[in-house]
Amino acid sequence: MITQQQPTQGKVSSFADQLTAVGIRIQEDKPLPGMTAQLKLRSKDWGFAAKVAAQNKLRWSAVWGDHRPPKIIIRALLFGVDGHLLLQTEVTEGSPELPSQAEFFIVASRPERYLQDMFGVRFQEKKDNRRWIRHQAWLETDFPLRQTFPVAGNPVENTKPDNNYPFPAVDGEGVYQIPVGPVHAGIIEPGHFRFQAMGENILRLEERLGYVHKGIEKIAVGRDLDGLIRLAGRVSGDSTVTHSWAACQAIERALEINLPPRALSLRAILSERERIANHLGDIGAICNDVGFSFAQYQMSRLRELWQRQNQLIFGHRLLMDLFVPGGVSVDLSKDDILNLQLEIEQLRPEVEELLPLLLECPSLQDRLRDYAFLTTADAQRLGAVGYVGRASNLQDDLRRDAPYAPYDQLDVKVPAFSEGDLIKRMRVRGEEILISLDLLSKLLKQLPEGSLSVDYSLPGREVEGVGLVEGWRGETLAYLRLDDQGKVLRYFPRDPSWLTWQALEMMLDGVIVPDFPVCNKSVNGSYSGHDL
Amino acid sequence: MFHIYNKIRRTGCVTEPFPMPDAPVVELGAACQKEIAAHFSGSLAIRMIDTGSCNGCELEMHAANNSFYDIERFGIHFVASPRHADLLLVTGVVSRHMQEALKRTYAAIPAPKLVVAMGDCAGYGGEFGISYASCGSVSNVIPVDAIIPGCPPTPTVLLQGLLQLLRQ
Ligand code: SF4
Repeated sequence: MITQQQPTQGKVSSFADQLTAVGIRIQEDKPLPGMTAQLKLRSKDWGFAAKVAAQNKLRWSAVWGDHRPPKIIIRALLFGVDGHLLLQTEVTEGSPELPSQAEFFIVASRPERYLQDMFGVRFQEKKDNRRWIRHQAWLETDFPLRQTFPVAGNPVENTKPDNNYPFPAVDGEGVYQIPVGPVHAGIIEPGHFRFQAMGENILRLEERLGYVHKGIEKIAVGRDLDGLIRLAGRVSGDSTVTHSWAACQAIERALEINLPPRALSLRAILSERERIANHLGDIGAICNDVGFSFAQYQMSRLRELWQRQNQLIFGHRLLMDLFVPGGVSVDLSKDDILNLQLEIEQLRPEVEELLPLLLECPSLQDRLRDYAFLTTADAQRLGAVGYVGRASNLQDDLRRDAPYAPYDQLDVKVPAFSEGDLIKRMRVRGEEILISLDLLSKLLKQLPEGSLSVDYSLPGREVEGVGLVEGWRGETLAYLRLDDQGKVLRYFPRDPSWLTWQALEMMLDGVIVPDFPVCNKSVNGSYSGHDL
Repeated sequence: MFHIYNKIRRTGCVTEPFPMPDAPVVELGAACQKEIAAHFSGSLAIRMIDTGSCNGCELEMHAANNSFYDIERFGIHFVASPRHADLLLVTGVVSRHMQEALKRTYAAIPAPKLVVAMGDCAGYGGEFGISYASCGSVSNVIPVDAIIPGCPPTPTVLLQGLLQLLRQ
């Protein structure tokens, strides 16, 4: 295991100087809370700035829009060893032209297509400007996240399927296409995969998502804060704690609320519990996808016990609806703490026994080792996050590298490997379970006394905030703009799946079609979190 | 290999007697199996479709298959093709992008067929409701025979809901 190297090398604090050095005019703003730096650019420099960022080894994290008539404000988030930088520009709604950043950060391509579908921003000199999230539910000339677009839209009785989306085909003798989805064979979310195959071998996979787009950003507008948190908890059900935390953090930063230490520790406890539950379940599911049902039986058993404890102590098996702006809505009694500590001591030996068993089992290794590689270079090119990044030695973990309370008080170890094969993606998750168990026992032992939440007053003016937390899938963002009454003007959640879905397409070199499900499971992107 | 056998031996069988609120498990299980035997030749085949869930409902559907609940022992199992299914189990609001896929999946199931909406979204529109992107509840798109409420319904509630529908 590697624990030293740190591939994101650039610093965001020197980015302003680097831009000025190449003649880009910038305006430095006071950064929003949680950001290290914030820069405004002219729209024509948007692409070039990305080039400088890529040269200086910053990681591209997100882009989003915000319609404030007559302008559309565009923001991109970059990450360096010293924290996050918010890059801002604006275009007019009449001629929303913007240079693309996708040439320098390939992962920016789909988020830009999303901006094109939702705001009508046109990206110049961009190779791929096909629709992305838009299927047939609204017209090409309609842009749902513009303020003039009504939340009800203008839907027809029966929305047509999107069956003429242009997939580029691979030519050659014996090459054929396999369309899969949106409805898959198992218990899984919908999406479309288009394989170009020759015999059993996958030559190319292209994903087509957007099937579960339910308008989360649009229906968030006008909600009060409690309503927003309920919605945030349902951006992706398996990450309900993560998205709730990110949204709460954005609110709290916007309103300048300081949380009681007990609330912060309880949030971290919930977050680590969510991480462990998902890792347990997915390790079992990965093994099950190659027919190794022993692991599925054992891991789903452990996950079930873990979820029952969630129900018993926190009142919800998936830990939904336990966050409130300014704190949490659950507390732990002395007995609860003892129970949770006991549970940790029961789970740890089971995991310590099972992981080596899986890693030593030859028939399982035969299927998972040296297969479905994501090279470090590709992971870096992509800015992959979470376990997908870590298995390829892209280690960024906000709990360690841009720590927010209470992780600033904890020593978070980050497991990483350099091989980037399927088994390493699974191993990272195994290691993370053990690390999270350590964190949990520390958090429980040192749980501060005090209140669960603080009262806060409404802003009285328009405010904005960015929340950033490390969920079990990786870096998760929430951007919020609130009006003077605390009603939502703009909510943008960025699930880490946006950054890992594309990794899946890049790891299929030499992979055969029947092994696609296990590769997919090793990444496990959220469809809902991506489609919004 | 011995380690694995040993672990299996030590873990044993964790499958539980199934708790029903108002009927002893064995009786109800037997009654349901009788229903399934009479109407579905001994096995009820479920095809699930997610038409716009947050994926929370899927997690609990997976859990219903784990060794504690082991839904298969009641003759209920999940199938890959709608053409093999007796019952369509739908999660999530129906996103407009999934509307046609839902209708085609429904059409592909041989009659007589049952439709169950799992969770508050599928049942009532839940947190997402009707919008430019969502048709709201499943009953806005295809006929629904039963709703299993919850966000998400726990595996126990899911099983109770299915068994109750069968009893009707
Ligand atoms: S009912 Fe709840 S858990 Fe199920 S899909 Fe809807 S929001 Fe998610």
